[in-house]
Amino acid sequence: MALVLPAAAFYSVFVLKSIASTIQYSFYDWNGVTAATFVGFDNYLEVFREDELAGSIVNAFELILFFSIIPVTLGLAAAATIRKFATSRMAMASRTVLFLPQIIPLVAAGIMWSWLLSTDGLVNQLLRAVGLGSLTRAWLGDFDTALPAVGVIGAWVLFGLCMLLLLAGMTKIDPSLYEAARIDGAGPFREFFSITLPSLRQEIGVCVTVTVIAALASFDIVYISTQGGPGNSTLVPGLEIYYLAFFQREIGTASALAVVLMLLVLAVVLPMQRLTRER
Amino acid sequence: MIVSTRERWLGRVLLVVLMLITIAPFISLFVTALHPPGTYPAGLSWPEDPHWGNFAEAFQSAQMGKLLTSSLLIELGVVPIALLIGTMAGFALGHLRPPGGKVIFLVFLLGLTLPFEGIIVPLYYQVRDLGLLNTRWAIILPLIALFMPFAVFWMRAHFINMPEDMSEAARIDGATTWQLFWRIHVPLSMPALSSLAILMFLWTWNQFLLAVVLVDDPTQRTMAGALGAFQGQWGTDIPLLCAGSLLILTPTLILFLVFQRQFVTALLQGSVKG
Repeated sequence: MALVLPAAAFYSVFVLKSIASTIQYSFYDWNGVTAATFVGFDNYLEVFREDELAGSIVNAFELILFFSIIPVTLGLAAAATIRKFATSRMAMASRTVLFLPQIIPLVAAGIMWSWLLSTDGLVNQLLRAVGLGSLTRAWLGDFDTALPAVGVIGAWVLFGLCMLLLLAGMTKIDPSLYEAARIDGAGPFREFFSITLPSLRQEIGVCVTVTVIAALASFDIVYISTQGGPGNSTLVPGLEIYYLAFFQREIGTASALAVVLMLLVLAVVLPMQRLTRER
Repeated sequence: MIVSTRERWLGRVLLVVLMLITIAPFISLFVTALHPPGTYPAGLSWPEDPHWGNFAEAFQSAQMGKLLTSSLLIELGVVPIALLIGTMAGFALGHLRPPGGKVIFLVFLLGLTLPFEGIIVPLYYQVRDLGLLNTRWAIILPLIALFMPFAVFWMRAHFINMPEDMSEAARIDGATTWQLFWRIHVPLSMPALSSLAILMFLWTWNQFLLAVVLVDDPTQRTMAGALGAFQGQWGTDIPLLCAGSLLILTPTLILFLVFQRQFVTALLQGSVKG
């Protein structure tokens, strides 16, 4: 038991205690300096009533489309296409390349993409080259495109991880299953839906869990690329907590949003765990 | 396995396209970094006379030497301690299985998916009350704690599969629990330990939120935090910003290329188990 003690001590002092404090703060009106007043659930009402706060949660859910659904579906399609020569030299080399976005700081991804998506960036250059010059714009500065543009950055970061996880899962599937399906006259689509997809339940679960958390708890990319703007069009809960607590000095509201964020993550993770474990 | 040539070509083309999309931002960053400082280069274009000096200038103005030292000090503070105490706890919970261990493990699991933003506010006040704001300890201590759920989870999963017989034999020879742990189980766990070390190294290096909130001075931050400050400072000088970003990326890129197999395995396993 003494062996658990150091880890448990660190964990309790900095993590468990902080979770408890966040919950405690969330019931108070506090500016961080003067005495706090107890306000019950008012901060939570504010989280759901005020456009800026509720909007940040909505934005986080929209980011799920880009951070999660796009990398997982594209990852599945790509992995299924290259499944059969997953051990070839080229595929092995691609692992290194496709992993690059995973090892660099998200901040760096944000900086690179801010530049790519700027008025004179590569994205617009390519659009002009193929005759779609009318579409060009400052992608991260436009109310309509800023959030999807942030989403694209996330998709770029998470795609490689998803694809390689799914590919690793696919190589574990017994090849005789595919041979049997071929003999029964199944085409590639049939094969994919009746063999590949069901066998990958666990891997898909992992990808979805990791990417959804990345979307809900996004901070680094948004902080670097848009700071939540233009307006509040890319504001996410993580960033809003930071602004509320350290700039507007509304510790109570920030904490209530933090509690909501933690609960949202749990609400996603727990059912996913159950779904992938049972079999 | 029989693969038709068409399928093979389709797959190859797809792989190349995917790799291009992955690499393009890096290339754009590199090419832009070579343009004259203070200009706004248009998209991807090779400059007429490449300004290799941008790298030197960025190195100096970003105080790159100090940043590297700072990041390394933080790594040294976090990774060995987190590795040791996480492994000890994982060993106890996975192998010795004391009464009540299950409950303790569940409490650790609670923190596995915790978004750091959820506790950043109280962390700030706690670190302030300890008088550690704006020091590297402000990042080191909370980060060790935040890594505990994963470290314990990872090492427990490893130790739970270790055979009992060996421990029994060692016990009969009179080994204490510590000797059993340090002399027998730790040396046998090197693959699991090194994967964990790589993951924690990477997460520390790339940690941004704690650095931004708890430490104002970029030269006391992690690399990612310093990069954030660098953007604020050089946001208007695109070529220099790109040069600086590339410099900040270089250490991780080199490490990754040297240890790529370990990195890929660690990250793949890390996310499956996490």
